[in-house]
Amino acid sequence: MTSGPRSADVIVIGAGIHGCSTALHCAMRGLSVVLIEKDHAGRHASGVNAGGVRQLARHVAEIPLSDASMEIWHRIAELVDDDCGFTSDGQVMVAEDEADLEACRDRVADLNLRGFRHEEMIDAKELRALVPAVSETCPGGVISRRDGAAIPLRATQAFKRKAESLGVAVHEGVRVKTVRRDGADWRVVTDAGDFLAPRIVNAAGAWADRIAADLGEPVPLEPIALMLMITAPMAAFIKPVVILRGRVLSFKQFDNGTVLIGGGHRGTPLRDENRTILDWRKLAISARTVWELFPIMRDATIVRAWAGIEGRMPDDLPVFGPSARHEGVYHQFGFSAHGFQLGPGAGAVMAEIIATGRSNVPIDGLGIGRFPQAH
Amino acid sequence: MTPVSDIAALAERYDLVVVGAGPAGLSAAARAADLGLSVLLADENPAPGGQIYRAVTTTPVTERAVLGDDYWRGADIVARFERAAATYAPRCTVWSLTDDPAAPGTFEIGLSLDGKARIIGAAQVILATGAQERPFPVPGWTLPGVMTAGAAQIALKSAGIVPSGRTVIAGCGPLLYLLASQLAAAGTEIVAVLDTTPRANWLKAAAALPDFLRSPYLAKGMKLMVATRAKLRFVSGVTGLAAAGKDRLTEVEVARGGRTETIACDTLLLHQGVIPSVNLSNAAGCAHDFDEAQHCFVPRVDSWFASSVEGIAIAGDGAGIGGAESAALRGEIAAFDAARRLGRLTPEERDRQAAPISAELERCLRGRRFLDLLYRPAPQFLSPPRDDTIICRCEEVTAGQVRDAAKRLGVVGPNQMKAFLRCGMGPCQGRLCGPTVVELIAETRGTTPAEVGYYRLRPPVKPVTLAELAALPATEGAVKAVVR
Amino acid sequence: MFRPMHNDPVREGATSATLNFTFDGRPMTGRAGDTVAASLLANGVVACRETPVSDTPRAPYCLMGVCFDCLVVIDGVGNRQGCLVPLAEGMAIETQHGRRHFAEARA
Repeated sequence: MTSGPRSADVIVIGAGIHGCSTALHCAMRGLSVVLIEKDHAGRHASGVNAGGVRQLARHVAEIPLSDASMEIWHRIAELVDDDCGFTSDGQVMVAEDEADLEACRDRVADLNLRGFRHEEMIDAKELRALVPAVSETCPGGVISRRDGAAIPLRATQAFKRKAESLGVAVHEGVRVKTVRRDGADWRVVTDAGDFLAPRIVNAAGAWADRIAADLGEPVPLEPIALMLMITAPMAAFIKPVVILRGRVLSFKQFDNGTVLIGGGHRGTPLRDENRTILDWRKLAISARTVWELFPIMRDATIVRAWAGIEGRMPDDLPVFGPSARHEGVYHQFGFSAHGFQLGPGAGAVMAEIIATGRSNVPIDGLGIGRFPQAH
Repeated sequence: MTPVSDIAALAERYDLVVVGAGPAGLSAAARAADLGLSVLLADENPAPGGQIYRAVTTTPVTERAVLGDDYWRGADIVARFERAAATYAPRCTVWSLTDDPAAPGTFEIGLSLDGKARIIGAAQVILATGAQERPFPVPGWTLPGVMTAGAAQIALKSAGIVPSGRTVIAGCGPLLYLLASQLAAAGTEIVAVLDTTPRANWLKAAAALPDFLRSPYLAKGMKLMVATRAKLRFVSGVTGLAAAGKDRLTEVEVARGGRTETIACDTLLLHQGVIPSVNLSNAAGCAHDFDEAQHCFVPRVDSWFASSVEGIAIAGDGAGIGGAESAALRGEIAAFDAARRLGRLTPEERDRQAAPISAELERCLRGRRFLDLLYRPAPQFLSPPRDDTIICRCEEVTAGQVRDAAKRLGVVGPNQMKAFLRCGMGPCQGRLCGPTVVELIAETRGTTPAEVGYYRLRPPVKPVTLAELAALPATEGAVKAVVR
Repeated sequence: MFRPMHNDPVREGATSATLNFTFDGRPMTGRAGDTVAASLLANGVVACRETPVSDTPRAPYCLMGVCFDCLVVIDGVGNRQGCLVPLAEGMAIETQHGRRHFAEARA
């Protein structure tokens, strides 16, 4: 297993949804790919997030990638031979008061000016029609109709399985120790031997800063652990995914009746132990928010809570694109808790950049060069 | 002992929080309190005793002969705890045990009492959550009318009630005989006792026989076995079982090698040994290993029952099956070490005081290996052959679905299996399906339970209502520190 | 279904009070000190809930808080483990049908 180096056209480090999608799309372009993962595909953020397939409320810099990705989500079964549990009933942002609603209007107007039309204002009447359980005091909100949700581990592993079927060599349980130049190639040294390729993709999630540092491109990545809770099954009362503008909350009911409550309260990540510590006082805040805005949920029981380990950048934007220093190095990490929906499209765009040198999808503002570089 | 019925009456912190009021927890709490620690004993049941001494202070069964002498020993253990200066919170469910990030080395415990939740602090924790029945997935086991042998014991001890119709008891292990004799003495109509002990186990257990012959189990066990077999219809060498009926149990199909028989009945009581209840220790981050002799996952503990998480000890059957007497002794030993960790005892004093108890514990555990080997369930009762057998009761996932996912989708472990099939995602958090899912994956992939591993459990280990959680006090820091 | 041992309706050494409660509206009696699950079993109740997945009838299985098959609605609150709740005078216990439904809590 550790005899000689193994080589390929591309080595992808990290088998989250981004790594798996990039590996698949490179293979679809005829490139030979090695995919290296220290645990198993989807073990971390990609496998345990809320599954939101969301364009709603994105930073404008991400919207082109998000658009590209949404096209793929709506025909995901064709791509990966699995529907990934994807359903599309829209995502709704609820404004809690008039000030909130005004901010929503400004946002939609700004998006329209830029040519983006996926977010639409809805009034109190339509809000109540879409989200009948919401408190009477909410005056309206925003909807992104093509949005929805999927099952994260299933989706990530579907990408991995499809990639494998196209010849991608997947090495799970293999940890990267260091990355360095080796002539025209990059040598990826792991605890199971070395791999060589002229092109490497750093899709190592909450550990990607270490790869970047190895390459002389340190970044201020912060490991975070966003917490989620899920209830016992309840009678169906809501179809779209719900988020709030003013407070931390996201809310989704599955077909089996369970309701997933997430949003962004942080636990403590211990990224070298693959574990997280939950903060119940913060989860209590989520519970209170649900209590106030969705009285129908007052009878709910929480049966499980958890948190994944994700990488956050200080500006909440991912690091996506070619390295600022090295030929043949590409970065695809730091999705700051909103990378799941972007995975399919980001992988396609990354593969295009690797294979042809460019992409029509704008990715300005996402490069690693925006962080001060080491010299 | 100070009982507490209002969660507001609990202190903000305790030196030691003990979870579970069975023999281990009661003994640990009493010993620790006697050593001067501030102690809280929290237990979800309304009265102390755990399962083995269930309802020992409240049972309506006064005829001593029905429950047997061993049971009444529990009353002494409770009495000792009642004399100790500890706080006791019955009907109090502990649903979370985590590191306290604000005070490293100590813990935060989430608990609920009477519909209210609270987080309190503990410098040390002893988990004494005991054991549960090993899951016994046979076709039809989810039908009303099918219960565990333990359930029938609990019904008898705590409410003085017995199954009202024709009752079949099936499985293996010492409890089978004990239960049969207790129920028979209480007037139950037992139509058959079906023994699933694999004949081959006698040979495997033979090596451990000498120790067993010197142990306390032998005399008691033999007497019970002989008495029970004399009075009741006994069927040994059972290789297959299925419960049948429409919406409720009406008959049991029994296979012995090639021959099958149908027994009409109203109640079927299943039992194939007990395994540690690992949900809280697992969710708290303690390491667990697969114990080959006991054929179950067991927390990793040292000779003082300290777990792999510094400050958390696991005493009693929750640390590996040893029986009621050993549980009480283990609780004491863990309490001595907790006192040492808090600086109330020097290591030498701890060793000196604990020495006789450790010696007694060793005597107590002699002979267990024989029982473990003899009563190890046959493979078909760990990994049900019929694909339509439900193995996850909460989510109604079948054995066939698990085998298919393991083979066709290459799912290698129970955590991934959870995401694909939902097994383990129901309210029981894998208590009734975890071991079976592990066996099915191991069987399908040609590997071992040790390699397959177990669920990664998370709190709350028992459900918490949204109402309880919403009413938890918040801190300023929590409100400010929010990601947008 | 269960009955008092030795068929003695007063139950051996019983000095505890008799409690009145209802199950799906039907009046029943139980013994102070018994749990909700034990009281239902003693009154001949066969199934206490239907599963959320397939609406299949279920009854208490382990009586020790592990199996969650004894889930019932007590005084309007669902997902209660009947084996852990002591019976109280005047309790209204109901079969938990499939998924939790929201009753009147629409305040």
